[in-house]
Amino acid sequence: MNAVFYLLAVLTIGGGLAAVLLKHLVHCALATTVAFSGLALLYLQLDAQFAGFAQILVYIGAVAILIVFAILLTRGSDLPQDGVFSRSWSVGFVIAAGVFAVLAWAVMQSVRAVPQQTAVPAVTVHDIGNALVGRYVLPLEIVALLLTAATIGAVIVAMHENGRPK
Amino acid sequence: MANTLDQIFILLRNWLVSFLPAALRPAAGVVLGVIAIVCVFPGLFALTTVFERKGLGRIQNRLGPNRVGPYGLFQPVADGIKSLTKEDIVPLSANAAVHFLAPLVLVVAVFMGFAVLPMGRNMVLVDMDAGLLFFFAMGAATELSVFMAGWSSRNKYSLLGAMRAVAQMISYEVVLLLSAVAVVMITGSLSLPAIVAAQNTYTGIFPHWYIFTPWGLAGFAMYAIAATAETNRSPFDLPEGESELVAGYHTEYSGFKFALFFLGEYLAMFSISGLGTTLFLGGWSAPLSFLTFIPSWIWFFSKVMLSIFVFIWMRGTLPRLRQDQLMNFAWKFCLPFTLLDLVVTALWRFMGEGWMRWVVSTAILAAAYVLMGRFGMRKEHFGPRRYRYAE
Amino acid sequence: MTGMTTPLAGYLLVAALLFAIGLAGALVRRNAILVLIGIELMLNAANLNLIAFWRYGPRPELLTGMMFAIFSIAVAAAEAAVGLGLVIAIHRHTNTTELDKINRLKG
Repeated sequence: MNAVFYLLAVLTIGGGLAAVLLKHLVHCALATTVAFSGLALLYLQLDAQFAGFAQILVYIGAVAILIVFAILLTRGSDLPQDGVFSRSWSVGFVIAAGVFAVLAWAVMQSVRAVPQQTAVPAVTVHDIGNALVGRYVLPLEIVALLLTAATIGAVIVAMHENGRPK
Repeated sequence: MANTLDQIFILLRNWLVSFLPAALRPAAGVVLGVIAIVCVFPGLFALTTVFERKGLGRIQNRLGPNRVGPYGLFQPVADGIKSLTKEDIVPLSANAAVHFLAPLVLVVAVFMGFAVLPMGRNMVLVDMDAGLLFFFAMGAATELSVFMAGWSSRNKYSLLGAMRAVAQMISYEVVLLLSAVAVVMITGSLSLPAIVAAQNTYTGIFPHWYIFTPWGLAGFAMYAIAATAETNRSPFDLPEGESELVAGYHTEYSGFKFALFFLGEYLAMFSISGLGTTLFLGGWSAPLSFLTFIPSWIWFFSKVMLSIFVFIWMRGTLPRLRQDQLMNFAWKFCLPFTLLDLVVTALWRFMGEGWMRWVVSTAILAAAYVLMGRFGMRKEHFGPRRYRYAE
Repeated sequence: MTGMTTPLAGYLLVAALLFAIGLAGALVRRNAILVLIGIELMLNAANLNLIAFWRYGPRPELLTGMMFAIFSIAVAAAEAAVGLGLVIAIHRHTNTTELDKINRLKG
């Protein structure tokens, strides 16, 4: 429904804007969480239930908490004295606006060729499971390897120098 | 007659909804279900607060509250009036918006978890294909509210309590999810009503509940430990231990907001016990095949209240675990044991029917329990004293 | 669902806007953690694009878009963990997280 979509879009974009523009780091992290939840609801509206719940479980349940822990451990509560934006902030905004202009132009140009909404795909978790161990078994194994490597790497990188994990 | 009593809430809902035009009926049915959940579970919460204080009192050789009503049963009313009329103190330097939102986020996330629990035959609010995943997603959302509460209070002890609570919750969340995955493997579905239906069969008079299998018993033990840690209950209640951190992350909350935190914690307990009953104890199915005349929702709620009783019993009896002890326990014992439980579940599934799989599964799990307990959890030997200064 | 359904262009525009906002955050802010937040927003915008194209695509029963998005979520979580570990390690070394100050190789 259009109204729901606009609401969720406003929620997501608002969260994203707040995450980038607010001064206090923890507020930015919480605004990012709002953006993540808006996105999860958009996935639910697109009939991708598994992706929506996985988004909540992984992003809000793990990545957001990781971000706030990192903010706390690096004492992000102290605001820098020169302001939160870097010296060349206007260039950054111009570049971002340029990227958005190019993408929006591409989308609007192709709006006639884009298909309208098809019937709801009957996706069950059973199908996803079959796909994961059937067609996508190689990406699954590689992602498992990647996650193991990332876990070990993150622990080693963040460990104390004399080898004692804190 | 038994069937009517069993389905009485469904029949009641259908009758109430029939007064509306046909287009509005599904939505109205869901709204009625939501109203029922919002009334029943906080009511059970009120009963449980009295139950807990009397129970703890008796375990500690004293009477619990006994003044307010007969045997103290109206104590929740007195508690409710107290928390509603207390002054709502917000610290001056606290982050007002986040401080206000933290209890709301907690209560909303916890209430959402009740939407997928099958509380009786046909009595689930939303029959989702990925119901178990939804439940765990809502559980993950509660961790963020704990952190918000602790950080926004601008209090070192609250922040410390919040960080400890979040670290504990994310560690045990892995154990919780993995112990549920064993059940999903055997059932073949993430949908909770399907899991209950798979356990609702009987051989002779004994039910096919998963707790009566070796892997189910091990899985249930791990699930129970992880559930106690997830809801910050004793013996894992260091984040809110009164003698360490005053009240941990909800120190700076008073009045109704504190009552909301309390409500959220107890509702999380109900919700996680409800899931444990659904996954391992057969949900709404009766324990013996000739007892099916008793309505299914009575069985569900009795099993949940039994789990709550065990929670209260553990709180009164076991000493508190230190933070590093509980983290060690999670990562060095619970996680490997749960992974082994997954392997044993797979073995059970592929060995086929017969007595052989019982023997093999029990042997592997018992051996692992003894060996891991003995060699995995060995204490550190005390060496020369090391000084660690605050940085 | 009754009512007008949203066209694909709506979702693509939201994703493009979120991508631009994430890019702005990564380019403009001083703090290293905010750069990582910007990167996460960009990855999320790409995921939204994937799921939208999956839904409106010719053969949604192949699950290609959804699988891609799920793997992307997993990889993004791993990358966030490693990135934040790096930020913490750098903070321990130089006692700052401002990118303007971490501009020398001598450590």
